[in-house]
Amino acid sequence: MAESKKIATRESFGIALCELAKEHDDIVVLDADLAAATKTEIFKKAYPDRFFDCGIAEGNMIGVAAGLAAAGKVPFAASFAMFATGRAYEQVRNSVGYPHLNVKIAGSHAGISVGEDGATHQCCEDIALMRTIPGMVILNPADHYEMIEAVKAAYAYNGPVYIRLGRLAIESFNDPDNYSFEIGKGITLEEGDDVTVIATGLVVNESLKAVRALKEKGISARLINLHTIKPIDKEIIIKAAKETGRIITVEEHNIIGGLGEAVAAVTAESYPVPVNRIGVEDIFGHSGPAVGLLSEFGLDAAGIEKKIIEILNNK
Amino acid sequence: MDKSELLKLKKTACNVRLWTIEGVFNAKSGHPGGSLSAADIMTYLYFNEMKVDPENPKDPKRDRFVLSKGHCCPALYAVLALKGFFPTEEIKSLRHIGAMLQGHPDMKHTPGIDMSSGSLGQGISAACGMALSAKLSGDDYRVYAMLGDGECEEGQVWEAAMFASHYKLDNLTVIVDFNGLQIDGTVADVAGLADLDKKFESFGFEVIQIDGHDFEQIEESINKAKSVKNKPTAIIAATVKGKGVSYMENQVGWHGKAPNADEYKTATEELKAQLKALEA
Repeated sequence: MAESKKIATRESFGIALCELAKEHDDIVVLDADLAAATKTEIFKKAYPDRFFDCGIAEGNMIGVAAGLAAAGKVPFAASFAMFATGRAYEQVRNSVGYPHLNVKIAGSHAGISVGEDGATHQCCEDIALMRTIPGMVILNPADHYEMIEAVKAAYAYNGPVYIRLGRLAIESFNDPDNYSFEIGKGITLEEGDDVTVIATGLVVNESLKAVRALKEKGISARLINLHTIKPIDKEIIIKAAKETGRIITVEEHNIIGGLGEAVAAVTAESYPVPVNRIGVEDIFGHSGPAVGLLSEFGLDAAGIEKKIIEILNNK
Repeated sequence: MDKSELLKLKKTACNVRLWTIEGVFNAKSGHPGGSLSAADIMTYLYFNEMKVDPENPKDPKRDRFVLSKGHCCPALYAVLALKGFFPTEEIKSLRHIGAMLQGHPDMKHTPGIDMSSGSLGQGISAACGMALSAKLSGDDYRVYAMLGDGECEEGQVWEAAMFASHYKLDNLTVIVDFNGLQIDGTVADVAGLADLDKKFESFGFEVIQIDGHDFEQIEESINKAKSVKNKPTAIIAATVKGKGVSYMENQVGWHGKAPNADEYKTATEELKAQLKALEA
């Protein structure tokens, strides 16, 4: 099984860029004065000639990335999720999405686990914003190994990709010797018949702990890791709806516009079952240590377990 | 340039204006004013300067042109069609349902369009990316970005200007089509934009000011930009919005309006008369 050392997915991202760059000289990395935080500095140190700081100007950074892609490079443009997808939304839509250019956008410090910086930097809207852009692939890896593979898959895919990165160091739960990543394919982590929990990103491991605790209490919950929000894995969702009759989604994102709504859209159109959404309930975050905030927002294992029991009791 | 070359350019530009009017008239919408003000510069670039091949529009080594003021694509479509990238007949279906030619440039479907654009301020950033890519690959192609004067009110233009200067993109030439008018009135009245030359200079650009309808000045400025090292060049071209069609010249109202049948007739008659005079 995986080693126990904690690592933030932003760091895994920086490592993955370097691994890719060894073999591919068309990779160019851009940042907007946050290289130390997004961990593109790992790439910057290894490949200084292919790293370009754009300064605090995210709109231009996305446009520069579009131009690089139009000229045949494969740019990875990184900033905080808030700025990469929020500040620069329209540049992403018009300069990257519309011409379907081969630009990879990395949004770090996503969700409330940003911690102390507080609400202005805790982006719980990035997935919602990126979902609305036609042709945009959205990846939200859950641990170190998944991030490494996701970045490689993003490079191999020809088109725009948004990758969500976290600030908080987390445990790795995937087994690197027995793991494969495919864009658009969810992974069943636990089998179960009573209910299906579908989680994405940082809260997958928390959900895994919650689901295992529920098993001890006699609740057989299936757990699916949906690392790709778009294109969404309809097959795995419909199968879960048919076999378990109920779905609960877990995300570190506003319940509006995120994983939960994406899953509910699939079931509503193909096989309606109740879908409950666990996430940030349409409120802004606030300052505090990340782990404390996750607990306060009910997004740690204990909170998720509690919420699942509540939902099942109220059905 | 010699006289025959100059005459040829003037005739081509006249045809570009005719096809611009043709497109906008058939579309019953679009932006004739800024298309006509930019027509001479685009004509010069595509017919006398840029290394482009209509038979191989995606050639990685080609020079690039980004129409950051994307709404003025009727003139660019006319230039590309006359250059041979697609048949001029396409122009008659501009902005129609199912047509190749969109209301703003679409690089995915129109041969010769190097960047989709239309949301002001964004094209210049993409042009920076292309110029940076050439530097990385050691390619010697040049990148031209054409901006509107009103467009320079967008903050992103100055983010891009900082970037271009910081990374010494001397293979980038920015051309501002300074026709002095924008939708809500004169540029001076709407947002000021005073001393645009000094703004670009202070951002680290080589700045050249020209008459954007004088082909010899256009040529001189484009050539000078090619000789500038370690910094980008901005050519600020004084132009006349609606140039070539008497009733459109310097009229704010012709920013984004198509001529009616009578106006179309007048415009084409005027332009054909100009062409005839050049041929005489």
